[in-house]
Amino acid sequence: MKLRKVTAASAAVLALSLAATACGSDKKDDDASSSSSGGSGKVKIGIKFDQPGAGLKKPDGSFAGFDVDVARYVAKELGYQPNQIDFVETKSADRESALARGDVKFIVATYSITDARKAKVDFAGPYLLAHQDLLVKADSDISKGTDLNGKKLCSVTGSTSAQNVQKSIAPKANLREYSSYSECLSGLQSGAVDALTTDDDILAGYAAQDQYKGKFKLAGLKLSNENYGIGVKKGDTATVDKINKALEKMVSDGSWQKAVTANFGPANYKNEPAPKIGAIVK
Amino acid sequence: MFDFLEGYDVLGAFWMTVKLTALSAVGSLIWGTLLAAMRVSPVPLMRGFGTAYVNIVRNIPLTVIILFCSLGLADVFGVTMGSDDFKIQGFRLAVFGLVAYTAAFVCEALRSGINTVPMGQAEAARAIGLNFTQTLRLIVLPQAFRAVIGPLANVLIALTKNTTVAAAIGVAEAAYLMKTMIENEAQTLLIGAVFAFGFVVLTLPTGLFLGWLGKRLAVKR
Repeated sequence: MKLRKVTAASAAVLALSLAATACGSDKKDDDASSSSSGGSGKVKIGIKFDQPGAGLKKPDGSFAGFDVDVARYVAKELGYQPNQIDFVETKSADRESALARGDVKFIVATYSITDARKAKVDFAGPYLLAHQDLLVKADSDISKGTDLNGKKLCSVTGSTSAQNVQKSIAPKANLREYSSYSECLSGLQSGAVDALTTDDDILAGYAAQDQYKGKFKLAGLKLSNENYGIGVKKGDTATVDKINKALEKMVSDGSWQKAVTANFGPANYKNEPAPKIGAIVK
Repeated sequence: MFDFLEGYDVLGAFWMTVKLTALSAVGSLIWGTLLAAMRVSPVPLMRGFGTAYVNIVRNIPLTVIILFCSLGLADVFGVTMGSDDFKIQGFRLAVFGLVAYTAAFVCEALRSGINTVPMGQAEAARAIGLNFTQTLRLIVLPQAFRAVIGPLANVLIALTKNTTVAAAIGVAEAAYLMKTMIENEAQTLLIGAVFAFGFVVLTLPTGLFLGWLGKRLAVKR
């Protein structure tokens, strides 16, 4: 008897919560439809929250970084005011599904254009050509990729950079993998690892942080070509064209170079010239 | 449809999961049994240590424990586990962390089993002149183990799934390969399904077998 009461009660709770979520999703749909019409409503843009220099959510809740600057510029060109932008965190693993579901209108998050990804999403851009590089201590003597053999190297679990090192650059490197670059940084500082590897713009962002200024340097190796594109839902060519126009304008009016210098400059980052739309460097 | 699996050593990754699970299971069974013995021992200091250990370790998230093994023990204190190679080091540190964590749950499962053994059994053992260690080893623990095969199966299944946390320190097991594949192939749902299926294949037979064994071996009172 008692059990039956509990069952009835939990069924009621379940029904209520289902009803509540149903209301919630209705509202979300309204938001989405109004924003897609452009001009009015909010636009959701996917960025990374944890990459200083590229896309970072600061403790006070504001956003900074090159990707953020590009996202703001593009959004402005698409007709959105700065207060209409909602930045959403899109981690590497769920970028494709976030676009497919329509959670975000586009993604500016150190998103390298690759063939496998092109099959799932459309890319505007590229808007930046980055290279895999090493971050080493300011007094380190590592100067080329093969120097890494036998050295201790840190990267992020499953990242393309880690795979590149294991496959081609220095298969004998002693590779430690953590779930984020911040964990590698403490090891680099204490000397537990000799180098940290990922794309040079991300490394420059870390090196430019106040607490690490002057301690680390970029090795300046071009170990790979990473063509950063802006991810858009598959088939949404209208948005791709609009974003490409915005990117061209950003380069021609000088805002692009200004954003690069402001975000990566302090670490002596030598940027590539702005890539041509659709020109992918293999 | 499954052509994205080409070029990846999925079986090798799951083999690493199995190795992590097996070694950690053996280790935590031994350490957990010792902890349980401490918790029921007549020495207050040992009881205190056992209680403190279990209550602290089982309430710390496993991710924190595993990361501490690598960031703290290895990077800061220089505990290298007998190898400078990060691959081997990571594996040993992961087993160490998993044993430390899982033993707390093994201990508690076992302690509930000890409580199922009637008081008279221990009293009879004392009466024929057995000391505490002998009573525990010969009379109480064998009956306790037979009573807790079911709960231990739960711990083992949880352990199998918990090995995925080792990916956080770069141990190349199933979850690690899954991250790599998602990074390269952009096929989140399908890859996720393949690995979910892999874990079901690993854990379902374990649960069924130990469930059957538990029923068979239970002490009928």
